[in-house]
Formats: sequence, C-alpha cells, structure tokens
Amino acid sequence: MNRNLTLGGALAGVFVLAAAVSFVFTPHDITALDIPGKLRPPGAAHWMGTDHFGRDILSMIMVGARTSISVAVVAVGIGMALGIPLGLAAAAIRGGWLDEVIMRANDLVFAFPSLVIAILITAVFGAGAINAIVAIGIFNIPVFARLTRGAASGVWSRDFILAARVAGKSATRISVEHILPNIASLMIVQGTIQFSLGILAEAGLSYVGLGAQPPTPSWGRMLADAQTLVAIAPHLALFPGLAIVLTVLGLNLMGDGLRDWLDPRLRGGRA
Amino acid sequence: MLRYILQRALSFVVSLIVASAVIFLVIEVAPGDPASFMLGINAQPDTVAALRSELGLSGGKLERYLGWVSGMLRGDFGTSYAYRSPVGAMIADRLWVSLPLAVYALTLSTLIAFPAGIYAASRRGGAGDTAVMGATQLGIAIPNFWFAMICVLIFAIKLRWFSAGGFPGWDKGIAGGLVALTLPAVALALPQAAILTRVMRSSLLDILGEDFIRTARAKGLTRRQTLWRHALRNAMIPVLTILGLQFSFLLAGAIIIEQVFFLPGLGRLVFQSISARDLIVVESVVMLLVFAVIAVNFAVDLAYAAVDPRLRTAR
Repeated sequence: MNRNLTLGGALAGVFVLAAAVSFVFTPHDITALDIPGKLRPPGAAHWMGTDHFGRDILSMIMVGARTSISVAVVAVGIGMALGIPLGLAAAAIRGGWLDEVIMRANDLVFAFPSLVIAILITAVFGAGAINAIVAIGIFNIPVFARLTRGAASGVWSRDFILAARVAGKSATRISVEHILPNIASLMIVQGTIQFSLGILAEAGLSYVGLGAQPPTPSWGRMLADAQTLVAIAPHLALFPGLAIVLTVLGLNLMGDGLRDWLDPRLRGGRA
Repeated sequence: MLRYILQRALSFVVSLIVASAVIFLVIEVAPGDPASFMLGINAQPDTVAALRSELGLSGGKLERYLGWVSGMLRGDFGTSYAYRSPVGAMIADRLWVSLPLAVYALTLSTLIAFPAGIYAASRRGGAGDTAVMGATQLGIAIPNFWFAMICVLIFAIKLRWFSAGGFPGWDKGIAGGLVALTLPAVALALPQAAILTRVMRSSLLDILGEDFIRTARAKGLTRRQTLWRHALRNAMIPVLTILGLQFSFLLAGAIIIEQVFFLPGLGRLVFQSISARDLIVVESVVMLLVFAVIAVNFAVDLAYAAVDPRLRTAR
C-alpha cells in the first residue's frame, strides 16, 4: 500500500460510507421543510447550515452522495460491460474489417461529449437521472474499448498466448481466460478514473437540469439552487462543492495509488 | 503527405455523414408533431398539412434527412418552431458569445499549462514540481461551474472587480465584451489547464529520457538549449492530441458555464429550445457542436503532419 492509495481510499471511503449511512440515518429529515429556519449559517444544530427550504445541508449531502455514486458506478459499469468485450474482440481479430468498424464507431462516439448526448436524450425523452447515466455510460464505452484493444494487442503477441493457441483454445477462450486477467489491473485503474469523471459529469448535468430532478437530492442540483442565493448564503454553494472536490480528489489519488501498487514496474519512478 | 491528408479528409467526411444521420434519427424518435404543436389543438387538418410541408416535415425519412443536410450546406438551418425565425441566424447570434468564450479559455489554459508543465518537468522531483503537480490534482477535481460560482462570490460580489454575469454585446465595444467573458473564461480554463500541464510534463519527461537528448547534451548544448531546441518540439504530439480533445470539452463546458454567468450563448439557446420543444434548434445546435469536435480533430491530424516531419515523408 502506498500513501496515495491510503489517502485517496480514505477520502472516497468517507463519502461512500456517508451514502451508505444515509439509508438508515441522517442528522435531520430531508423531506421536512422548515421555512422559519431557512438559510441558517453553519452552527451546532445544523453543522453545515440549512438551505432555502430550511433543510439540513449535511443530510442533503449524505443523500446526494447516493445519487452521485450510483450514477457514476452504473455509468462505469455500462462502459466496462460494452467497451471491454468490444476491445477484446477488436484485438483478437486485429486488422480485420470488424476491428476497423469497432474502432471507427468508437471515434464517432468520441465526437459526442456526454453533455451533447444528454441534451439529445433530454430533448427527446425529457429530463431525469437515467439520462445522465446513459449519457455518461455511452461516453465511457469507447474509453474502455480503446484501452482494452491497446493493452490486449500487447498481450496477444506474448509466448504464452501462442502456447494456448497451439493447445487448441479458441480466440474467445483465450480472450477470457488469458487476456482478461492480464489487463484487469489496467481496467481497475481506468475504472477509478472514469468513476471520478462520472461524478464530475453527473454534477454538471444535474446543475444545468439535465440530470437528477427535484426532489431527488444531488450535489449538482444543490449548487444550482445555491446560485441565486450565493451572495447572502455562501455556505449553500460551499459544502456541496467541497463534497464533489474531495470525492473526485480521493478517487483520483486512489487511481494513481492503485496504478503504482498493481504495476510494480512503475514503483518509484512515476511520470 | 498528400496520401495522409486525403485519408484524414475522407474519414472527416464519413464521420460527419454518420454523425448527422445519428442525430437526425434520434430526433426522429421524439414523440409529437411540431406542426400540430405550433398550431394548437383546434387547427384544421389541411392547415397542419400545409405547415408540415412548409417546415419540410412531409415526405419520407431519407428525403427529409437529405433536405436537412443540403439545407445546412447552403447555410439554411430551417425555421424555428417556437419563434418562426431562421435557426441559422439564431445560432449565429449565440455563437458570437460561445465561440469567443471557448477560444479565450483555450488561450488561457495554453498560456498557463505550457510554462507550468515545462517548469515542472525541468524541476523533476523538486519542490517546484511537487507544488505544480499538487495544484493540478486539485484543478482536475474542481468542477468548473463550482469554481465559477466561487469566482463570482470573490471577484464580483466581495471585490466588485467584475460584474456577476450578463453580456453587454460586442457592439458596445470589444473591451467590455472581453471583460464580461474574463471570469467565465478563467473558470472554464482552470481544469483544462491542470490536465494540459500534466500531459505537457509527462510528455517532456518521456522525451528527456531519450538517447538523442543525451547526444545533444554531449555535443555541448546547455540544458536550456536542449529543452527548447530538441525536447519541446518532440513533446508536442501528445500535447496536441489532448488540446484537440479539450476543445470539445471546452465547448460543452462553455454551455454549462454560460448558465452560471447568464451569458446569452449556445447553452441558453439549447436549454430554452428543449423546454419549448423546439427540436429543430436542438438538432442544429447539437450538429454544430459535433461538427466542431470532428473538425478540430481533423485539424489536429493535419497539425501532426506539420509538427512531425516523419508523417510528411513516410506516408
């Protein structure tokens, strides 16, 4: 274990824990409105103050963590579930027409930033948290497909793959039994990075109203609500923003740490 | 060289055709008929039919797709369902805010990232390097729209150096427009600068480990001369790639940042159009954004050839 992994894991862990705890306990009920107690600054009763409906910010952040984390996890899952098999297939038949089609399709998806996909989906089907998941997930597919193809191609040229082919294993079996375990650590590291990007993207989409809809608490929506009140109640913008920054920072540090830890060749001299 | 350019140009055109078809088909799925939406529920069927043909909505899918594309090639983006005015002019108006914002941010991020990356690479492992790398970790983790809100709080509300939002228009003078775009551009540039700094640094470090750098040092060049004459030029390829990729994120980011500063750019237009179900505007703005991404990547491919002489001769 190294310092980045410990520190990053601890930071991200705090928010995962907060999300988990929020299912059974939050300091205050986030559905209870308390208009006389609105826009309270941080104090003993409300550690992070209250919003424009008098809801407890700390409790909202805990429940909001659920939205951020679940959207990002499912989006990474979509990217991995579709991207890795596509990349493995492209590497197995490298140079064939299918490889070409897969890689060109990937290039095409890269031309559609998640925000643009989210705009299209929302225009057609209306806004919602599912849109954010799909939009971020689609953008993750080519990320994993490209990475898998590149890494898998390297493994295909190794001697033990030749041995497996001589033993009569099919390309599919070789991909699953020999290639996949060899590129798994790379996928885990990339998964961590995409997870952090997913949190940022979800916050951005919710902020402009293309993601989670009220009353579902989400960090992005909390910032959108805070915008017009920022001059009189800066704490409304401060805490949800810090939650995003610390989670993303933790995940990025974790990704760096995991990379060093899983790949001994990189130990010591990190670029 | 020529073959390389032709190859890239072909893939540029194919990408545009496929992307436009995808956008067209997605919008086709949308429920509801714009003509009956515009005329209300009491409209006569023949009036609706007349409006449908006026809007170019009659005919088969392929016919309408070709009509849409050939219209765009002629600069005719159709008529807005909600405002009954030409979409092209509406977009052009907004583009005069969004595009300068993206270019302003790209310039800032390059101006920050190049010196920072070069500095960190030349002080590898030192305190300066650690400080720059720490700052970039933070820069990557900060959402640009939150950073924008913090900037508004500090520079507009507390210090009153800038206005908190709005855009005076370029006709009131270029200086006023640039001032109004400064905070948005800074907020937009920060995360991109952080990423670009890291790419610049690691790319330079890779090159500085190469044999030809040792040769350059052995023939008597100073560290500084080696860096500027040999290392930088070779380190530019990955930096250019990321710069190209970043442009698409800058345009998308500009749409979000416009919301923070109430700027009348493409973002406002697209969100208004979504709530007014003005799908033809959404369709055209999305096409424009995707076109920008594909075109910038094409330009980056061409820039490779300019930077890397091997590409010019080998292919």
